[in-house]
Amino acid sequence: MATGGDLLRVLTCGSVDDGKSTLLGRLLHDTDRIFDDHAAVLARDSRRYGTTGAEADLALLADGLEAEREQGITIDVAYRQFATPRRAFIVADTPGHEQYTRNMATGASTSELAILLVDARKGVLGQTKRHATICSLLGIRHVLLAVNKIDLVDFDRAAFDRIAADFASFAGGLGFADIRPVPISARHGDNVTARSERTPWYRGPTLLDHLETVAVERDTSEAPFRFLVQWVSRPHGDFRGFAGTVLSGTIRAGDDIVVAASGRTGRVARILGPGDERDRAGPGDAVTLTLADALDVTRGDLLAQPSARPTVADQFTANLVWTSDEPLLPGRSYLMRIGARWVPATVTMIKHKLNVETLEHLSARQLRLNEIASCNLATGAAIAFDPYAENRATGAFILVDRFSNATAAAGMIEHSLRRAENVHIERLSLDKAARAALKLQKPATIWFTGLSAAGKSTIARAVEAKLHALGRHTMMLDGDNLRHGLTRDLGFTDADRVENIRRVGEVAKLMVEAGLIVVCAFISPFRAERAMVRAMFDEGEFFEIYVDTPIAECIRRDPKGLYAKATSGRLPNFTGIDSAYEAPERPELTLSTAGTSAEELALDVLKRCGYI
Amino acid sequence: MKSEKLKALEAEAIGIFWEIASEFRKPVMLYSIGKDSAVMLHIAMKAFRPGRLPFPLLHVDTRWKFRDMIAFRDDTAKRLGLDLIIHVNQDGVARGIDPIRSGSALHTQVMKTEALKQALVRHAFDAAFGGARRDEEKSRAKERILSFRSAEHGWDPRNQRPEMWRLFNTRIAPGETVRAFPLSNWTEIDVWEYILAEDIPVVPLYFARKRPVVRRSGAWIMVDDERLPLEPGERPELRTVRFRSLGCYPFTGAIESEADSIAAIVAELKAARTSERQGRLIDDDEDSSMERKKREGYF
Repeated sequence: MATGGDLLRVLTCGSVDDGKSTLLGRLLHDTDRIFDDHAAVLARDSRRYGTTGAEADLALLADGLEAEREQGITIDVAYRQFATPRRAFIVADTPGHEQYTRNMATGASTSELAILLVDARKGVLGQTKRHATICSLLGIRHVLLAVNKIDLVDFDRAAFDRIAADFASFAGGLGFADIRPVPISARHGDNVTARSERTPWYRGPTLLDHLETVAVERDTSEAPFRFLVQWVSRPHGDFRGFAGTVLSGTIRAGDDIVVAASGRTGRVARILGPGDERDRAGPGDAVTLTLADALDVTRGDLLAQPSARPTVADQFTANLVWTSDEPLLPGRSYLMRIGARWVPATVTMIKHKLNVETLEHLSARQLRLNEIASCNLATGAAIAFDPYAENRATGAFILVDRFSNATAAAGMIEHSLRRAENVHIERLSLDKAARAALKLQKPATIWFTGLSAAGKSTIARAVEAKLHALGRHTMMLDGDNLRHGLTRDLGFTDADRVENIRRVGEVAKLMVEAGLIVVCAFISPFRAERAMVRAMFDEGEFFEIYVDTPIAECIRRDPKGLYAKATSGRLPNFTGIDSAYEAPERPELTLSTAGTSAEELALDVLKRCGYI
Repeated sequence: MKSEKLKALEAEAIGIFWEIASEFRKPVMLYSIGKDSAVMLHIAMKAFRPGRLPFPLLHVDTRWKFRDMIAFRDDTAKRLGLDLIIHVNQDGVARGIDPIRSGSALHTQVMKTEALKQALVRHAFDAAFGGARRDEEKSRAKERILSFRSAEHGWDPRNQRPEMWRLFNTRIAPGETVRAFPLSNWTEIDVWEYILAEDIPVVPLYFARKRPVVRRSGAWIMVDDERLPLEPGERPELRTVRFRSLGCYPFTGAIESEADSIAAIVAELKAARTSERQGRLIDDDEDSSMERKKREGYF
């Protein structure tokens, strides 16, 4: 086992049973990465789980988890290493099942080259196209098309040529820098690490030769300088350093830099270690910079070359690979991680979904697990980025579900939306405080949530009447006055409910800006949307009132006969029946309606909100 | 001189230290005294220089570590001025758990797995650095750099978060924790070549010396003190051996070797025909035992 020079990150992908695990086992085996004790376990496992009869089943070397060996499938991304005198390799082995697309995207995100396996008997399949598309979207520029099981088509040149041509015609628009087809048999070793005498018509390199020699554009030292600040080092009063990773380009002591988000410029004084002081740093280096000027720099800031700055915007278009079991709902607020920053982000529009097998654009209102779409997004604060096609490190982000903390999507930024760059928020000379002062009141939104028939509207109306009697300027928003106009195009699916609440929130926000006290009564069943609305307001401006009436009592009351309809199946998506209600975790006030009149409850609300 | 590969691996590990130290409330480094811990500690010190380590170290002491390991641990803590927490499962001690009478499985479960959970809970650590590498063992190859653990410290291989680019999803609910593995992408040889390049001190047990050993289950077991009961007819003999991997001493086999320097170890590994965990008797119970132990919360 030798140690390589540089390091190449490789992804293997292909359809189920194309032989990915066998190929990886073969590479490990032929480059002497299989130790004697592992070989002994392999011999035992081959008898127990293997599919190759008396021969050792090389795939078992790569299938790591017990569950996988029992089921004979690969269920997760595995990272393996091998090395030759020329190069060291980290291989991400990813599953071929359609439902595990997110794992493939995970493996692809850090890989420079993809080995795409095709079964010589089956040719280019829908799965092959799906994987090629994902590789392309995730920025892989080099493809090795391994036409496997060539022994099973009698080493037929015509079959190989046809597959290579089919793939080339599909992949033409995917922007790969090179596609190298190689006829192989992973099981028998033909053209994997040694040339096969059984394919005399093939004159190209073996699979391993190609991996060892392919030139990748890893060196981004000529690209514009980008540095991600990950840690601010202040061990004592005289030292303030910004530790982080050079994402692209080169920096030298004395160079000018700009803090991308603030636009402030400064000069690099020193470049430290790890371990020593140096005069320059390049892509991938983890170093600490000290600046000649006292600049406000924090973790998450992107330092850049002033002559080639990244885009700074809060609205942009990106490709999303959806990785969560919960579908994407436009309008819902997620947390975005880009670089070392977390910002709230919302998908404002799904522009189109991508059919990854035909590359067709499809219209969509939702995005489900493993689907890919081009979307418009808006963030709570302006972020600095480059288009992903220009810089994989500064153009990538993830979206995280605010409540489950699941990673909901991988995103790749295409470009900013013009209006975000050029239209700045109008600086109004009159503000909320000025308008409210004229009315002698504290503007706020009082938001009632709860099941249908819980008593929200009744209590809300009582609250509004009392405020009015106190001389306060109010406005009531509920389904009755919005569903006929502003939200008349929306139904009751989850996606529509999200959009409904988003619009109500925006209207309430404008009214608060106008100085009003806004009373809202909406079932608003999802925590995520209530949190989104809350985030639109300043501290102390939003009161979430949970009208906590048990569902049995709501069904008993049923003033509009809706529960009767829903339970008999004539009213789908009804909250509490076949659509979930997520009770608030920390409402400003919880009201129990049993035995207390709406008038009394309204007084509780006014006290809690500070109006009496 | 470090190779381009080692420089890249070092930079990657440093970046992981910065990320976890920034994003978590109370991280800790699990220090197991061995070569991987030595490298991990060395890189962490480099990452935060000229500052101090912004987190403590934790050693889960099973009380059956080799004497040389404990001496090296205490030396290292003193030499580098480390904030080192030593945790022993006192409940296990009170129950008289020991590897000879209780067996390796129970001893590991109580004195290592349970002990680690105890220490994480007692100090309310929410992130723990570990020196595990993906090349060590098959189920490790699927491990994330940031491995998510439930409030019960369990590892569910089917419920790990996709790890895209280097954009770690560091968000957890109260009670949940993560394990972070800065050396995920290192191989055993990388570790030794780095130790050689950076001149990092390691436990002397890694170097070949004459040591008293007995032959058991095809491995050389060192007679480190009087606690190891000899079986009838067993007589310790002096052999030139070294350890490739260090664990609890009745379960860790030595190999016959002449490699008495770091350079000699690197040369020996390049010609090696067996894996490093081969001397670890605890993994051998069953092939999938590592996966099972991890699900239960073992490191």
